[in-house]
This record gives sequence, C-alpha cells and structure tokens, in this order.
Amino acid sequence: MSSLEGLPAWAALPVSLLLIIGGCIIVTGALGLMRLPTFYQRIHGPAITITLGAGSVLIASMIYFTAQQSRLVIHEVIITLFVLLTAPVVSMMIMRAAVYRDLRGRKHDSGANAGGVYRFLDEDD
Amino acid sequence: MKRWLPFPLVSVLLLLFWLLINQAIDPAQILLGTCLAVIVPLIAQPLQPLGYPRLRRPITLFRLLVMASVEVVRSCFNVGRIIYFVKADRINSQFIRIPLDLRDPYGLAVLAGLINMTPGTVWVEILGDRHELALHVFDLHDAQWWVDTIKRRYERPLIEIFE
Amino acid sequence: MAALLEFSIAFVSACVILSMLFCTIRLVIGPTAQDRVLALDTLWMCAMLLALVLGIRFGSLIYFEVALLIALISFVSTIALAKFLMRGEIIE
Repeated sequence: MSSLEGLPAWAALPVSLLLIIGGCIIVTGALGLMRLPTFYQRIHGPAITITLGAGSVLIASMIYFTAQQSRLVIHEVIITLFVLLTAPVVSMMIMRAAVYRDLRGRKHDSGANAGGVYRFLDEDD
Repeated sequence: MKRWLPFPLVSVLLLLFWLLINQAIDPAQILLGTCLAVIVPLIAQPLQPLGYPRLRRPITLFRLLVMASVEVVRSCFNVGRIIYFVKADRINSQFIRIPLDLRDPYGLAVLAGLINMTPGTVWVEILGDRHELALHVFDLHDAQWWVDTIKRRYERPLIEIFE
Repeated sequence: MAALLEFSIAFVSACVILSMLFCTIRLVIGPTAQDRVLALDTLWMCAMLLALVLGIRFGSLIYFEVALLIALISFVSTIALAKFLMRGEIIE
C-alpha cells in the first residue's frame, strides 16, 4: 500500500486513466473472442487486446515506475516491441492452420469459403 | 567497416536492447553491449541467405509507421464498436484477393506485420500463381476500397523503401 | 490520488480476470482445435497483462521479468501448436 501513496499527481492521473481505458479494451477483445459465431470472426477479437490493451497497460507501467523510482524506467519497451513483432506471426500461423484444416475437413459452415477465394475440393467438379 | 559491421542498425538496436534490459549505462555494460553488437550480426550472417535488407528512405519508413499506428488505433475502435453493437449475423466477414506488385521478401514481411497488427484484417497467405494476397476482412463493405487502400497507403511506400 | 489509483488498479485487474474467464469459456466450448489455440494464446496475453498490473500494484520491478518470460513462452508455444495443427508435426 505504501508504494501507491507517495506518487505525485501528474503521474497518478494518466496512470489511472490509461489503466481504466486499457481494462475496457481488454474486455472488449475477450468478449469478441467469446461471443462471435465463427472462427474467422473470432480471430479479430484478441487483436484488440494485444495491440491497444497491452499497449496502454505497458505505457501506464512505464509512467508509474518512472515516477516511483525517480529515474527513467522504459524497459517495458522491450515487451511492447516483442508483442508487436510476434502477434502478427501468431495470428497468421493460426489463420493458415484454420484455413487448411477447414478446407481439408470440408467444413461448409465454417466460413472458409466466404468471398470465393478458397473453394472446397468437391465444389470444383 | 563494412566487414565488421554488416548492418549498423541491428548493432545499434542490440546495444540499446542490452542497456535497456540491464537498466544501466555503466561503462562496463556499454563495453559488453558493444561486444554483443559487433559479434551477434557476424554470427547471424550465415542464417540470412538473402543478406541484410537495405533501407532506402528512412523518412518514408517513419511516416509509414506513424500512419500504421494511427490506423491501428482507429480500427481498434471500429472493431470494438462492431463487437458491442452489431448483431453477429450481420457482420460481413470475407476473404478478398489483393494483387501485389511488391516482390522483396523483407518488404512483404513488413507488409504482413503491419496488416496483421491492424485489428480487422488478417493476412492469410500469398497465392502463388498470380502473386495475389489472400486477406481476411472482419467487416467488408467495399472490396475495391481495401485493394486501393492497401496498394496506395502500404504497398507504395514499401516499394520505395525496399526496392 | 492514491484512492483513484487503487480503484483503477482494482478495475483493470477485474477486467483482465473477466477476460481470462471469457477465454477459458472459449477454451472449454470452442468447437475446433484452432479455437482452443487462439483462446490459449489470448489467455497467455491476459496472464502477461496481469503480471504487469500486479507489478504496478506492489510497486516492484521484478514483475517485469515475469511478464517478459510469459510473453516469450507464449510466442513459442502458440507457434508450435499452430504448426502442429497445420502439418501434424512441429519440426519438419
């Protein structure tokens, strides 16, 4: 409890604001993951959590520790960069795996053929 | 110079990374970080069969990154609005094809990263026969608008930077 | 000012735990394997954010290393799972 008391107001205000905004964004992403009907729609939900939600919590953490330690603490930049570099790779891999599995398993209600880019094998003939 | 520092940007970033993760700017840490920054690109060179990329226009790259981050924030709020307020069966999620002119593998990697980072679009793969990109869009209104946007705002700067 | 900070930390912890609950529901019901991998990846992300929020709550820099390790492990494990779903083996 003692660590929260001595924080100056110029740091406490933006930290609180960023944390509250970040919390709302994180819940939005996870809600999208839970309630959207098909996999191809669900994959867009966590992208919000990973970019903007994680970003605001990381910036809040940077401001908080800079004020608390009275020196520049910006090593959260490493996590930010790492997450921003890896999240696209992860979503691309999962997406390709899903397209491949749905086409191979001929799941017609999965939404894999929306837009006509991918076709099921038995539709060709 | 060219032999010992094959790609100076990687070396500078490695030194910065070392100082950040140690949270210190002592002379000892700077010395260790400099050793790391010289040795690691030399060791990693055989792992890159295409060689290190050459970045032509840093100002264009900077403007592209700023534009992409504004786009990320904007489409975050769009996707959030759709998740909360649009009924699920009225979301028009589709795959679209986008013909690409960009051939450089590093440029394609940056393009994939920027597109996937933006919520609402996921890069699937490049369809080999005609070098077209298969893109999944969360809520599609106008396929031609997406083609124009990707080609004008993302692909043209990348062609200038990498080719 | 400390009361506002305390409230916002409690709020964001509740939000992260709620989204972990959503991810767990998707992990349990998710009809296909790729749904489960996606839910697991989001669960890792939420765990990382929870570690960061705990770091702010207790004012300790050691939670940064926890968060960094969680991010590293989540990347490797999700890539391995996605690769396994696509090819049936991880290292070709």
